[in-house]
Amino acid sequence: MIGTKSILVIGGSSDIGHATALRYAKEGWRVTLAARDIEAAQRNADDIRTRSGVETTVQALDVLQTAQLAGFVAGLSVLPDTVVCVVGELGDQLRAQTDPELATSIMRTNFEAPSLLLELFAQAFEARGSGTIVGVSSVAGDRGRASNYYYGAAKAGFSQFLSGLRNRLALAGKVRVVTVKPGFVRTRMTAHMKLPAPLTVDPDRVAEDIYLADVTRPRDVIYVARRFRLVMAIICALPETIFKRMRI
Amino acid sequence: MPAAALPGRATATSNPDESLSGWGNYPKVSTELLAPRTPVGARDVLLGRSGVVARGAGRAYGDAAIGTHTTISTRGLNRMRSFDPATAELTVEAGVTIADILAAFEPRGFFLKVVPGTKFVTVGGAIAADVHGKNHHRDGGFGNIVGSFRLALPGGEIVSCSRSENAALFMATLGGMGLTGMILEATLRLLPIETAWLRQDTRVAGNLEAAIDLLERSASATYSVAWIDCLARGAALGRSLVYLAEHATRRDKELLAPELAPFPSPRMSRLSVPKLFPGWLLNRTSMRAFNELYFRRGAAQQGEQRLVHWDPYFFPLDAIADWNRIYGRRGFVQYQCVIPQAHARRVLADILDRVSRRGDASFLAVLKQLGDGGGPMSFPLRGYTLTMDFPVTETLFAFLDQLDALVVDAGGRLYLAKDARQSRATFESGYPGLAALRDIRQQTGANARLISHLSARLGI
Repeated sequence: MIGTKSILVIGGSSDIGHATALRYAKEGWRVTLAARDIEAAQRNADDIRTRSGVETTVQALDVLQTAQLAGFVAGLSVLPDTVVCVVGELGDQLRAQTDPELATSIMRTNFEAPSLLLELFAQAFEARGSGTIVGVSSVAGDRGRASNYYYGAAKAGFSQFLSGLRNRLALAGKVRVVTVKPGFVRTRMTAHMKLPAPLTVDPDRVAEDIYLADVTRPRDVIYVARRFRLVMAIICALPETIFKRMRI
Repeated sequence: MPAAALPGRATATSNPDESLSGWGNYPKVSTELLAPRTPVGARDVLLGRSGVVARGAGRAYGDAAIGTHTTISTRGLNRMRSFDPATAELTVEAGVTIADILAAFEPRGFFLKVVPGTKFVTVGGAIAADVHGKNHHRDGGFGNIVGSFRLALPGGEIVSCSRSENAALFMATLGGMGLTGMILEATLRLLPIETAWLRQDTRVAGNLEAAIDLLERSASATYSVAWIDCLARGAALGRSLVYLAEHATRRDKELLAPELAPFPSPRMSRLSVPKLFPGWLLNRTSMRAFNELYFRRGAAQQGEQRLVHWDPYFFPLDAIADWNRIYGRRGFVQYQCVIPQAHARRVLADILDRVSRRGDASFLAVLKQLGDGGGPMSFPLRGYTLTMDFPVTETLFAFLDQLDALVVDAGGRLYLAKDARQSRATFESGYPGLAALRDIRQQTGANARLISHLSARLGI
């Protein structure tokens, strides 16, 4: 019964996290938002509860405190049917080149912490015999570019982690792993950037595609918007000797 | 390339020198545009700025929602806060739109008692313009469904306003065009409904007299509106279709159309007007043909009760995205005046006569009955309101000045949410409540800080 299902969104104070949780709530899923910024997550939770009438709760979680992740998963009152991880930090590439602390934070936020956390969910879901893990990675992980290679490298690592995890779990066939690769999304993270309109989507669109790939038409890897799959295929096909001189 | 977002610390984003206009695409002015992401962030960017005003969905037609220096978009304040089914009280942030509210609550059997002609306005904007619907003569303006709101004053203080707390500030904010402070959050009372349908009755009125007679005789109808064919002249001047409607009960629906679902799911398809719709397509011949078709179709429905979904009933133009582009690059002015009851027949006939002679008014004009106004700056007064679109041309403003003179003589006024060009004299004679707004602005310091192009133009 759909009404009894539940979703946990890691990064629940973000725009994509909010939109994704709301999309599931509209189908009757109970929602938990986990975030470091509790106040922002509570504002999102109030919105989701008001719009959908569905029970929505908030849990404090700083994913960078990796020693506490196991305790967080074990302490959940309900193990969710779907966990969606939208944690990420674009960071300032130029600054990261001279600031190892920032570079480390970008790599830990986008790769290390989400991977460690989702491994824990994978094990809990395996033990239960069901569950879906949705990892929001990025097209930036498909090829390293001058403008954001710390972010891109970490997302590449996260995409590969999800791919490997999916490979491990596929044989048993009980736990699914979905990799989501958004391109440009209008969010707080990108609010300062000029984004190319034809390739830019709203968080609602990402949420819709996540719900589709999880529930309606199960998929392993999705690009949002879909045309980014082609764009990235072309970018990935360029020989390195040419690509290294390009600024895209 | 970016992907998922992180809880950011930024309170606002800024696009300097954005060229902004209202829904009429006239005038276009440059302004700094800020987009705070939270109510507190909005207060923070308001603090210490001057020449600033809030902007919701940009559906005011003229220059009301453009600051002389800075414009603060409320679109980031788009979260709903709480709903109590027992009292039907809903609290939302100011940037939530009526469309958002209906999408969430119509399936649960709630509507809004007062809605304007488009659902794409924000709650903050609806309060600031004290918008009215087709039931103003019975149920009053949007302010009547507002229980309270939180207002950020230019000094940074956030105050709660209701009819019992900061009452003068509350009332002056209804129709106050954002000039008393920035609305951050509001509590509204929703209207329980049994179905998504309206029971509509169409009547034909051969001329203006007949239309006003019909509206007057139908004062007990919850919703009433007349669509006037602006191109009809002579004895047929003001010929109209008058639409009367009630929310359909479950029983109404069973009687009229048992096959329909009480709350059908929304249709997604929307037409859109291309970006550069050539203005010359709107010529006399094409408009005359359109009006003839429209009138005949409506007349054929006379006498039969029909069920109409709330979306096309209340928001017919919302089905065409960006319909404002139809007037082309130069933009248009929507002229909306209200004439007090006693002079309405004579003055509206005079206005319609001049408009029909001029011949470039909109497809249709809308005639509605209004009741008494809410706040001192609310547009409505007991009488009749007429609304028409005019493409901007060299001769338009001189012509509208002539209409203004008729309105002023009759003790009427123009709707600030539509206005882009009226004179100070016209404005001051129409709004005796201006003194109350000015007092409040003095007290809070808003007069030196909250300044829109409209308030600068009209000396508010």
